[in-house]
Amino acid sequence: MRINPRYINRLVRMGLNVQAYFTVGILIIIVAIIFFKGFPHTNFAFILSFPEDMGREGGIFPSIVGTIQLALLSILLATPLGLGTAIFLTEYTKESLFTKFIRFGVESLAGIPSILYGLFGFIFFVIKLKMGWSLLAGVLTMTIMILPTIIRTSEEAIRAVPRQLRIVSYSLSASKWETIKKVVIPAAIPGILTGIMLSIGRAVGETAAIIFTMGSSLRLPLSLMDSGRTMAVHFYILAREGISMEKAYGTAVVLVLSILLINILAYYIMNKAIARYS
Amino acid sequence: MSFRHWVILLPLIAALLSCSAASNDKPGKKHTVTIAGSTSVMPFTEKLAEHFMVDHKNFIVDVQGGGSTAGIQATINNTVDLGMSSRPLKGEEKRLNTITICYDGIAVVVHPDNPVGELDLDRIRQIFSGRISNWRQLGWVNRKIDAVSREEGSGTRGAFEDLVMKGREIDDGTMVQDSNGSVKEVVATDPYAIGYISMGLVDRKVQPVAINGVKPSIKTIKSGRYKIVRPFLYVTNGELDPKSRQFVDYVLSKEGQKILKNEGLVGFYD
Amino acid sequence: MIDRTVLKEHLVKWVLVAFALSSLLFLFLIFIFILAEGLPLFLKVGVNKIIFGMKWAPTKGYFGIFPMIISSFLVTIGALIIGAPLGLSCAIYLSEYAGKRTKMLLKPAIELLAGIPSVVFGFLGVIYIVPLVRSYLGGSGFSLISTSLVLGVMILPTIISISFDALVSVPRTYREGSAAMGATKWQTIYKVIIPSAKSGILASFILGMGRAIGETMAVIMIAGNALKIPTSILDPLRTLTGNIALELAYATGDHRLGLFSTGVVLMVIIMILNYVANFGIKRKIAK
Repeated sequence: MRINPRYINRLVRMGLNVQAYFTVGILIIIVAIIFFKGFPHTNFAFILSFPEDMGREGGIFPSIVGTIQLALLSILLATPLGLGTAIFLTEYTKESLFTKFIRFGVESLAGIPSILYGLFGFIFFVIKLKMGWSLLAGVLTMTIMILPTIIRTSEEAIRAVPRQLRIVSYSLSASKWETIKKVVIPAAIPGILTGIMLSIGRAVGETAAIIFTMGSSLRLPLSLMDSGRTMAVHFYILAREGISMEKAYGTAVVLVLSILLINILAYYIMNKAIARYS
Repeated sequence: MSFRHWVILLPLIAALLSCSAASNDKPGKKHTVTIAGSTSVMPFTEKLAEHFMVDHKNFIVDVQGGGSTAGIQATINNTVDLGMSSRPLKGEEKRLNTITICYDGIAVVVHPDNPVGELDLDRIRQIFSGRISNWRQLGWVNRKIDAVSREEGSGTRGAFEDLVMKGREIDDGTMVQDSNGSVKEVVATDPYAIGYISMGLVDRKVQPVAINGVKPSIKTIKSGRYKIVRPFLYVTNGELDPKSRQFVDYVLSKEGQKILKNEGLVGFYD
Repeated sequence: MIDRTVLKEHLVKWVLVAFALSSLLFLFLIFIFILAEGLPLFLKVGVNKIIFGMKWAPTKGYFGIFPMIISSFLVTIGALIIGAPLGLSCAIYLSEYAGKRTKMLLKPAIELLAGIPSVVFGFLGVIYIVPLVRSYLGGSGFSLISTSLVLGVMILPTIISISFDALVSVPRTYREGSAAMGATKWQTIYKVIIPSAKSGILASFILGMGRAIGETMAVIMIAGNALKIPTSILDPLRTLTGNIALELAYATGDHRLGLFSTGVVLMVIIMILNYVANFGIKRKIAK
């Protein structure tokens, strides 16, 4: 007996439907668990006060500051480098062996797992360059990690800028650099911002590469040579050492909420950018 | 953001870099004591540092983990003022000065629901070397024993190997966690687990096993009846410098030792 | 006097070239430094004794990482068994069945899943998956199956977004042709669309593998980190990444070199996977 293909079709459709919602369900469950368990322990005092007794009491202020320092400083270093690379790849060369090499470099950097960045940062920045566990070593390691994201998103954004804009600029006798500076980059800013936001999200959530370069000191990092602890590392230590489950959930709420907000903002900007040119 | 902004921002970063480098040797009259090493000693040193800094406002005590071996190496290289070690020094390391700050028992712990409350040293050795692998062999349910150990290089593992295993190797099937806290978490959640942790960390979440009839406690360690004990050491390269001496003196003072005692460690006063 | 604008243009160009070269420089530095630390031990102890050695006791002179290589592949395959069918189904649903509004809702949600830090996955795995496995399947719960489950979820976004791109890029004429011959939607998908998007889907699986094999923090929290090759899905195990993360902070001398050797092996595996996914398969699409 042959089953009517239409029934199979309907069955498959249902099956796929269930699986797609199951996947989204996982996300919702993860976020819901964190929020239900964590919100009772999160308030302004928690965010703004210093931890006591290794984090068993008090808040997470130093780790929030550490996270912001790490994310902003590495963005500050990676954006010019990444944007410059993207401009070079899109505006200054044709596809050649040279650009292939550079693209190979970017792709490879993107594929390296974070523990290998940690291993590299540990031996190069911490030990060979004698930075010790410090904000600086963490920032430099993070800069390399987020560089591929910034390059790729900036490149896409610049490519999406319509040719006509450039032609008009040239016809007004602007030089190439002036055109890029005054026309192309401003038009590509939403796309570039998306890359920056995604990179901040990555820096906020990273643990493996940071714990071996920035260390895990609970003090407020006051200089680049100070060791510090980001929220993700603090959460890891609280949860893994069983120091305090309440504080761990509380930290997780702040951590996950900030990453979600950053990423949502990134997609919002991206969608705006896509809407603009299509 | 245009390139002009970056032209402004880059010098700003440079300025930030230089001022932070300068802030290190600003004449703020703050003394920094850097300490690194054993993760077993670290939590207690952090606690001592917290209290120390309350009374000594012009001091910053920076405490880092890294492990006994790394702490000893850092002391040899003069990258820290004090190293922390939870195992005795060996070979080359012996040329460093050692200061015993207190003693710590290593407790063998099981889940609170576990009825096996007593084991002898030989049994523990057999469990961790894989000879005994089922709780039934110890008079409980027919269930595999989930033994938890520490990673290679850990001072607690080193001390456990010296004092308990005595040359017998820890079985490859044993789970491994990288800190006292995470061993304790595994034992606290898995009813069939057994592990070993610093006695100072034992609380209601885990149950210490009596070894040869003796429960680990400050009393039994002092009287010498509980045998699995190791010193917590601070190590220095040569003589103590004056600022570190202030901190070490505090640690060895009655006040400092009282803090350690409250944490379940065995100090020099009663 | 040379025109100042011309001079400026040249200057800008060379600065940009330098920026573009920085990525290559970083890649080179990472390679050199991990190799420089990791290779000496291969020469000293012997490649065979490291890669095929069964015993890891670096303070006693044993540097065998064979069990970890096997364990890394086991968790990765486990993750694929869970993540690949689920991810592919999701991608098919999104590209072929979902309406515009559902798509607008589901796609960002799945991309947000990619942003959740791995420590959070690891934590929830320890709190929820490990006890579940312990009470219903046995063992300590810190096991191959728990790790695979969590990694399977973690690689979903990678698999979904890349196979979605592959499915969407199948030309519309294929679908129309198939529909014109009276095929149902599922027949079209099964017989026409999936075969034409095959290489992209494969690439998504391989990149998912790369993500799973490189994952660290979640794995050391859930895997139990025992040194033996697991003999059942309920046994604990230690991956290459876990080995590095567990012991790096403590290691000195040859022990540290041994961890960098572990890193070298991990790097080689990752490079092969990425090369296959990016070049081997993409070239096939181009043909």
